[in-house]
Amino acid sequence: MMEVSPSENVSLREFGCEQTLLSRPDGSASFVQGDTSVMAGVYGPAEVKVSKEIYDRATLEVLVYPKVGLPGVRERSQEQCVRETCEASLLLSLHPRSSLTLILQVLHDAGSLLSCCLNAACMALMDAGLSMSCLFCGVTCAISTEGEIITDPTAAQEKESRALMTFAIDSKEHRVMMSSTRGSFSVQELQQCIAISQKASEKIFQFYRDSVRRRYSKNL
Amino acid sequence: MIFSYNLPLYIYIIITSALVNLGLFLFQKENCRPDGRELFEFRTTTLNIGSISTADGSALVKLGNTTIICGIKAELANPTTDAPDKGYIVPNVDLPPLCSSRFRPGPPGEQAQAASQFIADVIESSDLIKTEDLCIERGKLCWVLYCDIMCLDYDGNILDACIIALLAALKNTQLPEVAVNKETCLPEVDFEKRQRLRIHRHPVGASFCVFDDSILIVDPTAEEESLSTAHLTVVTDEEGRLCSVHKPGGTPLSGEKLQECINRATARQREIHKLINKVLDSVKTAQ
Repeated sequence: MMEVSPSENVSLREFGCEQTLLSRPDGSASFVQGDTSVMAGVYGPAEVKVSKEIYDRATLEVLVYPKVGLPGVRERSQEQCVRETCEASLLLSLHPRSSLTLILQVLHDAGSLLSCCLNAACMALMDAGLSMSCLFCGVTCAISTEGEIITDPTAAQEKESRALMTFAIDSKEHRVMMSSTRGSFSVQELQQCIAISQKASEKIFQFYRDSVRRRYSKNL
Repeated sequence: MIFSYNLPLYIYIIITSALVNLGLFLFQKENCRPDGRELFEFRTTTLNIGSISTADGSALVKLGNTTIICGIKAELANPTTDAPDKGYIVPNVDLPPLCSSRFRPGPPGEQAQAASQFIADVIESSDLIKTEDLCIERGKLCWVLYCDIMCLDYDGNILDACIIALLAALKNTQLPEVAVNKETCLPEVDFEKRQRLRIHRHPVGASFCVFDDSILIVDPTAEEESLSTAHLTVVTDEEGRLCSVHKPGGTPLSGEKLQECINRATARQREIHKLINKVLDSVKTAQ
């Protein structure tokens, strides 16, 4: 198993998050990572269409809307990744025969879009007050042509990179829930990236905690 | 009696699905699956290359009951302005209602679109074909390879079968020679002289399913897929490099388990590479 030396510092861009910023959805959040920004809204549990009804759990639908144009094949594959990650962390069996809808609107893509979508999704689900077995966060790693690993890359760094990997990490045991990769890489590089992402995820979960704490300390 | 007639339908469904789950669990205790395979055993892979005579390249793959056919159609086109020295490859995965009752007629569903995107990502990541090879004249003429992949029988693990079908079909593809006439500036195609495509890498996938966060099985059937809690597809090439580690959500997986999957995927790559070469040789000797 690969171990990352403690000297290897994980640098992430500036984070920002705002919850309950929309009035109509049951839960909403916007998540900002550097210049990348995604807005998320959750509706549910609500009535479900008979054709989509699942008898023992809620049906989760994820919709990803790009900044310009209509959603295409790439968005479908992102939707699948986000949906299955949320399905694994949400306790869907608490709401049988009902529907949950998660809408992700991309406001700006400046790299690490999928991880930003995952983070926004998690914050919105939290805001909606849905029961979850664990939280999750998204981390993107790029491997540059020199073999250097960059966490949370910008769009320019993504373009120059030899390989790009996005992981969703759970908060309970920091294991990999979702993995989506581009480019070719060695097994060692993969394990290294996973280890770095697990380290980075701690920072993100700390940020989740801080932002929720800040929000509730304001309300009280 | 539980099976009295006045119980609502969904209770019956819950009972039957619980029985199925229990059944699978008992099988896995014995390290054996309902169809008699071991946990890390693939179904029999059958490959037929050059099945469609009207296509430029084709292959039919069977993984147990799962049947995938892939046809390659080459067309001449203008290169895009941002990549004037490159041709392009357009993969498309079709899951028609014919292959399973879970697919409805109409526009492609999420699974078909996600599979198409996955295949496109594998082609791009693995450098299977250098798109520069498809360029005929810089900025003016290039080849477009339409890779149509169709599922004829859906019994789980279509991604692995799709990659094998695509790779075998591309290895079978022969492009006619094209020369651009200097005076008329029109392309002249010589169908008599055909050349094989250069395949630089041989990516092969291996798909896994996770049960109860701990049990891993390889090459799931449709039934196993619908009962599992997570899917994972690992694509490796002949140098042991990873081209894709695709896990669209589901229950978390530890690094050790992932390593197990990668090791199995590398072994699978060798098996399939050998199989494709063997079938190609037999096709050549038949000609």
